[in-house]
Amino acid sequence: MNTKVKDEKLSYRQLVDRHRPARPMLKNTVRAFLVGGGICVIGQAVQTLFVRYGGFSVTDAGNPTVAVMILLSVIMTAFGVYDRFGQWAGAGSAVPVTGFANTMASAAMESRSEGWVAGIGGNLFKLAGPVIVYGVVSAFFVSLIRYIVTHIT
Amino acid sequence: MTITWMTFVWAFVVGGIICAIGQLIMDGFKLPPGNVMVILVVAGAVLDGLGWYDPLIRFAGAGATVPITSFGNALVHGALDEAKTHGLIGIITGIFEVTSAGISAAIIFAFLASVVARPRG
Repeated sequence: MNTKVKDEKLSYRQLVDRHRPARPMLKNTVRAFLVGGGICVIGQAVQTLFVRYGGFSVTDAGNPTVAVMILLSVIMTAFGVYDRFGQWAGAGSAVPVTGFANTMASAAMESRSEGWVAGIGGNLFKLAGPVIVYGVVSAFFVSLIRYIVTHIT
Repeated sequence: MTITWMTFVWAFVVGGIICAIGQLIMDGFKLPPGNVMVILVVAGAVLDGLGWYDPLIRFAGAGATVPITSFGNALVHGALDEAKTHGLIGIITGIFEVTSAGISAAIIFAFLASVVARPRG
């Protein structure tokens, strides 16, 4: 009985897999490359402005650049532009830091109806949280290993 | 280090390649975007641990600092910088040192967006 259920589940999954349209990988990758590259060029332009007119060194200009890119992304999310554009661009709009800000802004906007604390406060990091959790945990272990290695040798 | 027209070209190429890798992971392993972002953040942290991310930033500028991989890189950077001056505890105290701009900006602007804007679509 149990094995029969399992068999049926398996064959159902195979059926679903067979009928799921294949992802157009080449087209998606080209789009991601173009959009991701384009966003980075905008970032480079912002960074260049900070260096030219803000008196920042090239390395120090990285942080304010990220802040400006996040602001631009959140404004576009608020107007509903970023998500529509993201459907076309795939990873090209998700992978840059603008995509990270987009997940936070859209999660907060969508859950506002659930209240200020449980809604906005509780859901702001709903999608961006994993990035911070695994980023910090991996950074901790990487730094620890690096620290130990440099202090032993 | 100066910014030339070539910096823009390499920013486009390198930033584009990182996003294309993200798309290939997404399609190849049928993963949602969130998982891809996690993978790339961890990759950025590991690359910085190996000392390979800084050369990439010097070469590609925003092409390396705008993708989410630079978040992992910045976390490790903050931790290691602080560990240099304060020892082992610096890893904990310094981890958010460099990424403060990104996280604070994202929290503040995302909050304000949810106050003034209605979800669409």
